[in-house]
Amino acid sequence: MIDYEAIRLIWWVFIGVVAIAFAVTEGFDFGVSTLLPLLGKTDVERRIIINTIGPTWEGNQVWLILLGGAIFAIWPAVYATLFSGLYAAMLLVLFALFFRPAGFDYRSKISDPRWRNAWDWGLFVGGTLPPVLLGVLVGNLLLGLPFHLDQDLRTFYDGSFWELLSPFALLCGVVSLLASSFHGALFLKWRTEGIVHERATQALSLLAPLLLAGLAAVMLWAFIGIDRPEITQMATTEAPSNPLNKTVIAVGPGWLQHFLAYPLMMLAPILAFLGLALAWLLGRGPTTMAAFLCSSVGLASILLTVGFALFPFLLISTSDPRSSLTLWDASASHTTLLLSFWITVIFLPIVLLYTRWVYKVLWGSITEAAIAKDSHTLY
Amino acid sequence: MIGDDIVMLSRLQFGLTALYHFLFVPLTLGMTFILGIMESVYVLTGREVYKDMTKFWGKLFGINFAMGVTTGLTLEFQFGTNWAYYSHYVGDIFGPLLASEGWMAFFLESTFVGLFFFGWDKLTKVQHLIVTWLLAVGTSLSALWILIANGWMQYPVGAEFNYETLRMEMTSFAAVILNPVAQVKFVHTVAAGYVTGSMFVLGISSWYLLNKRDMGFARRSFSIASAFGLASILSVIVLGDESGYTEGETQKIKLAAIEAEWHTEPAPASFTLFGFPNQDKQTTDYAIKIPYLLGLIATRSIDEEVKGLQELRTESVARIKNGMVAYADLQKLRSGDHSGTAKQHFAEHKADLGYGLLLKKYTENVVDADPAMIEKAANDSIPKVAPLFWTFRVMVACGFTMLFVFAMAFYYCATRVADQKRWLMRLAVWCIPLPWIAAETGWFVAEVGRQPWTISGVLPTHLSVSSVSIGQLWFSIAGFALFYTVLLIIEIYLMLKYVRLGPSSLHTGRYYHEQTSGAVHE
Repeated sequence: MIDYEAIRLIWWVFIGVVAIAFAVTEGFDFGVSTLLPLLGKTDVERRIIINTIGPTWEGNQVWLILLGGAIFAIWPAVYATLFSGLYAAMLLVLFALFFRPAGFDYRSKISDPRWRNAWDWGLFVGGTLPPVLLGVLVGNLLLGLPFHLDQDLRTFYDGSFWELLSPFALLCGVVSLLASSFHGALFLKWRTEGIVHERATQALSLLAPLLLAGLAAVMLWAFIGIDRPEITQMATTEAPSNPLNKTVIAVGPGWLQHFLAYPLMMLAPILAFLGLALAWLLGRGPTTMAAFLCSSVGLASILLTVGFALFPFLLISTSDPRSSLTLWDASASHTTLLLSFWITVIFLPIVLLYTRWVYKVLWGSITEAAIAKDSHTLY
Repeated sequence: MIGDDIVMLSRLQFGLTALYHFLFVPLTLGMTFILGIMESVYVLTGREVYKDMTKFWGKLFGINFAMGVTTGLTLEFQFGTNWAYYSHYVGDIFGPLLASEGWMAFFLESTFVGLFFFGWDKLTKVQHLIVTWLLAVGTSLSALWILIANGWMQYPVGAEFNYETLRMEMTSFAAVILNPVAQVKFVHTVAAGYVTGSMFVLGISSWYLLNKRDMGFARRSFSIASAFGLASILSVIVLGDESGYTEGETQKIKLAAIEAEWHTEPAPASFTLFGFPNQDKQTTDYAIKIPYLLGLIATRSIDEEVKGLQELRTESVARIKNGMVAYADLQKLRSGDHSGTAKQHFAEHKADLGYGLLLKKYTENVVDADPAMIEKAANDSIPKVAPLFWTFRVMVACGFTMLFVFAMAFYYCATRVADQKRWLMRLAVWCIPLPWIAAETGWFVAEVGRQPWTISGVLPTHLSVSSVSIGQLWFSIAGFALFYTVLLIIEIYLMLKYVRLGPSSLHTGRYYHEQTSGAVHE
């Protein structure tokens, strides 16, 4: 039997794992979709680009669905507050995602260039808007959101959609888009030959310095300029989940303090830079797989940095600090955490195994010849 | 207090998006199984036509599947965006079921669907067959988990209210998944999906046969659909939903409303085949009744009575009064009185806390409700009878019509004269919409019949919504209306285009549109 405190912490790690799996897999799907109309000039080039992710994007998207479902199950209050509070932003993400299933499946079913071009831009929106908005969301997680809970634990959002678009959050959105595009360009370079391969290489050398500079700016800003709250008093880490049983104060700007208290956590931002820089370096040569792995480590480390910075907070309230949600007081019951733990322990390896097998079967460069050969079955 | 218009618009949006999603789900459920059957025949016999059948019907399945994914995403987002208090209140039970669906079903179907389409040349015959079956199993598992979740909303077992966290928490996962309402719902809904796939294949194959094109292909598709369809429609009807209606208070109210049973009749109750329910006078005008039948259907006995709406409403009054006591106890606990007697008293009454919450619509404090408010809340606990009465009968009529079509089709296939029966093929074409009508009316009965609750007897609908504004709701409803309408038009257009092309769309050179003469081709 795992005690309540431990299982709460384990689930903080697991949700992180799911978020990282989402960023690493869906990240390159988003990136490839963003690059689709920019790097593909002719229909064949665009079909090459689409078919690098065509058969597998759907499985990757499940990480996003699972992330939503896991937050619902593990931190119901976070799910309720985040999705209803950021109502318009969440719906815009959803609407953008609508373009993808139909875009992939319907595009090649009619050969009219206007039809195909329209879907290409649809896929562009579907791969571009979500990383931008999710980046803005992460920025706002660090800034804190204006919300409060009433006595019945009903959640109220005290801000508006436009307030989400602060300069810091927008910068996070830009960095997120650069990261997904960079990751996508690496994947595209890895899976293609010829002209698309070359253009992907060019895109990499354009995106990488922007990404690193943007990331540096965001981190500096967060370390020095963003207000940080602290819990001054709370029930134990074993107590039933009720966020209102604590007091929280704002301790002024600077997430750096928090990291300096636990110096090992500094590894995360360092690895984020190293991973992406190394990915850039390796990405210029022929060893794209190593570069892609480095890029994946970089993305994972960015999320780790965010998680460490917030710990133990999940959602910080700026309008009523006491209403902030932490992993100790916003979790599901002990029973549900344990149950979900065992389901995850059993199914996570199974999912990874068959996903790996599917990728192995479908692996190989997508070429012009391949498109011509299976013109009626490929996307 | 939460505005009625917020509740109304939230319900409207959920109803629209859920019903819309369910235009695509049943076809996915049915088609994946039919594809599995067709491909199994291909692997067993080695006859190329069965591979072509798998690929062609697979194309139509793919067009539909894309819309299923699109509209399914909405539902997961929507619990959080629009039903935030619901998410807080029952996330401890509902969340893990949704997450299980992710782990066990979404990954399976979404990972293997790509391989189904693109793995033909990269896998052995048997490997590809396994992929197709995994896809089919994935879609049905998805239905299993979400129907366990929905079954729990109809009959919430294995959970209790925790006054410290102010929400429902799981006490027994076994009780939640073995919930009898969930089990019958699963069988009924999944079998209805198989019927949808069968009717789709049967109808379109009939159209090819009527037009004398791709006869061999169409005949084989027709016979697989007729056999699978007959087995499925029998499951839908015989193992139907009704056995679940004896469980739980709200299910009983739903049953009484469906049957327009205003007052408890002596057992065994008669079944109202037809009539005009009159809510004001609490009678059914021009009723045509079949003696004993309702008692037999609902209780599987001749001596148990089926409760009428009036009697159920009287029970609601008692439970609402009890719920007021529970609410007062809860207030006491929350104000810091954690004595044993306070806990004990609350534990005795908390089963009816949800009924107390019905009063929140009329008074914030619940405990100060006057008799008039209690009467109003009791009225709320009884749904409008006529819409349920009629939609249920539409669903059943569709079901029996399809039973007739599948039975005839199967019989004539078995006697090898099916393609001479042009009347049957014409009927099969016209019957293509029936499974969808049945599914949509069925969900209407299930969900509207549960009102005024999101979780039967536990959480009223008007408390479940998010604290969002009317403007936000109109923004999202407009967005859904726009996207869904455009996408649906595109989907239908593509579906019709590929149905007209038929197996010629596979470019094998063997089918109708690829023949220079355009002559009948076996």
